[in-house]
Amino acid sequence: MKKSGKAETDIKLNIDKTSGKSVSAPSASIEDSISPVNIITVEDLRFEYYDEESESRTEVIRGVSMGVRQGEFLTVLGHNGSGKSTLAKHFNAILTPTSGKVIVNGLDTSDEEKLYEIRQTVGMVFQNPDNQMVATIVEEDVAFAPENLGVPSEEIRRRVDAALAAVNMSEFKKHAPHMLSGGQKQRVAIAGVLAMDPDIIVLDEPTAMLDPAGRREIITTIKRLNREQGMTVVLITHYMDEAVQADRVIVMDDGRIAMEGKPKEIFPNVEKLRELGLDAPQSTELVYRLNRIGADLDPAVLNEAECAAEILMKLGYDTNKTAFLKY
Amino acid sequence: MPTQGGGMEIIMLKDITLGQFFPGASFIHRLDPRTKILAIIVYIAAVFTVSNFYGYIVLAVFLAVCVKSSEIPFKFVIKGLKPIMIFILFTAVFNLFLTSGTPIFHWWIFTITREGVVFASFMALRLAFLIFGTSLLTLTTSPIALTDGLENLLSPFKKIGLPAHELAMMMTIALRFIPTLLEETDKIIKAQSARGADFESGNIIRRAKAMIPILIPLFISSFRRADELATAMECRCYRGGKNRTRLNRLKMSRTDVYGWIYMAILLAAIVCLNILIAPAV
Repeated sequence: MKKSGKAETDIKLNIDKTSGKSVSAPSASIEDSISPVNIITVEDLRFEYYDEESESRTEVIRGVSMGVRQGEFLTVLGHNGSGKSTLAKHFNAILTPTSGKVIVNGLDTSDEEKLYEIRQTVGMVFQNPDNQMVATIVEEDVAFAPENLGVPSEEIRRRVDAALAAVNMSEFKKHAPHMLSGGQKQRVAIAGVLAMDPDIIVLDEPTAMLDPAGRREIITTIKRLNREQGMTVVLITHYMDEAVQADRVIVMDDGRIAMEGKPKEIFPNVEKLRELGLDAPQSTELVYRLNRIGADLDPAVLNEAECAAEILMKLGYDTNKTAFLKY
Repeated sequence: MPTQGGGMEIIMLKDITLGQFFPGASFIHRLDPRTKILAIIVYIAAVFTVSNFYGYIVLAVFLAVCVKSSEIPFKFVIKGLKPIMIFILFTAVFNLFLTSGTPIFHWWIFTITREGVVFASFMALRLAFLIFGTSLLTLTTSPIALTDGLENLLSPFKKIGLPAHELAMMMTIALRFIPTLLEETDKIIKAQSARGADFESGNIIRRAKAMIPILIPLFISSFRRADELATAMECRCYRGGKNRTRLNRLKMSRTDVYGWIYMAILLAAIVCLNILIAPAV
């Protein structure tokens, strides 16, 4: 792996810049397990689309500063049109800033000469698995990126096998993509990106077109990559139950960062989320409503198990004895 | 297979095995795609040089051996012929009535000649053998291998400006999207039928017009797909054919030598038959 890069320049940028905008507690405490080194640093990013017909400019990103730290699982949340996908497209130089800077591993994305180095570092997976597969055989598709990079055949073979194993799709390597389920196709797409040997994977609403089973497959795969292989993951989504599993959450609204913090810091702000056009996870919402009628529960519950435990404890049950209720 | 409502013709497209790879590890599967492409050219030449029915017997035996050794179910290969059947019949009927010669049957304005019968069956056989042989190629060769082979065979022409890599890439993508777009067409037809669109009644112009609500959404979605695919390819560092390596490099092996011997025998047999036996037409 070719990490580290220009760590010095990255560190000083950190999160302080954005903390002014984030409503919840400071994010310093997340650093325990995750390296403080920023692998992607965004400095006061602004981006506008230019419409040639009406000669009008639409500002989609209005001054975003943030960082993605090595090894973390970061979720970017936001309703439609909040600018989250546009932000993601800046991470691997598909879009370049109108003003501001995006630095990936010490490389400025505006530098065209470093384009392929940047794209190789930041793998990108999109919403529709059908529209990101090039080849008619799974393993050939996974090989596409290393082939483009001029990797020798033996090394491509090794990477393809490793990438397919990492997403549990080895047994399908000779299959035609159109014979696979949505979740399987999307896992192949992830493998296709892994074969570039990236330092970070950015997934732009990878589950939006999948059924619940497919969604679960993808989230499990992403989490495993993050936990077991130490892959840095940025997940763009509007599903709350996916976001709660991240180390850190950034909520986008109207081209700006509206909230930032750990899931436990973000989701209890049910009202604030609602203002931003988002729903809290169902369990958090339930606790919030119970609290409104005076239940006095800890609002920072993110899933059914925590919710059940919290309520049972309130009712006076010994949580150790009712442990079976946590699934 | 859905048989309800309209758009039968399009749903039928799914039956075409042409361009559908049937994975396997047989002798024919293992042949180098370049061998197979050149072999198919030899085969096509053979089909066109056949001048009597014995030649077709030889070709039939050849194909039978190929199908047998390719381990592809015979039914599956035959399925590839089905959609072309109408075309073959049409050609046959056309030749049957329009060839001049010794009349053997006459009714009203229709005259069938002896030559017509021979010629019609000849044309039908020729077409059938062409489709049969080429679908065997696409059934036993993965589209990627096929385009690789083509790219490789065409690469000497790069010097005179032939974009060999780009052509191969286009073919790969086209092949990759055929099933996807068929599925989508099916969905659009169902969606439009559900809203009362009628694809079956009326004359040919009316029916052609009825296709518009299918084609427009299909086109729009294809453009969107193309756009997304281009972005995805860029994200995976695609920058044309320069300095590109391959997962599977093409290698000629001993299998290919056998393949060549096999083709040479076929060609020799056909030529011999043509010389020894008088032409049928």
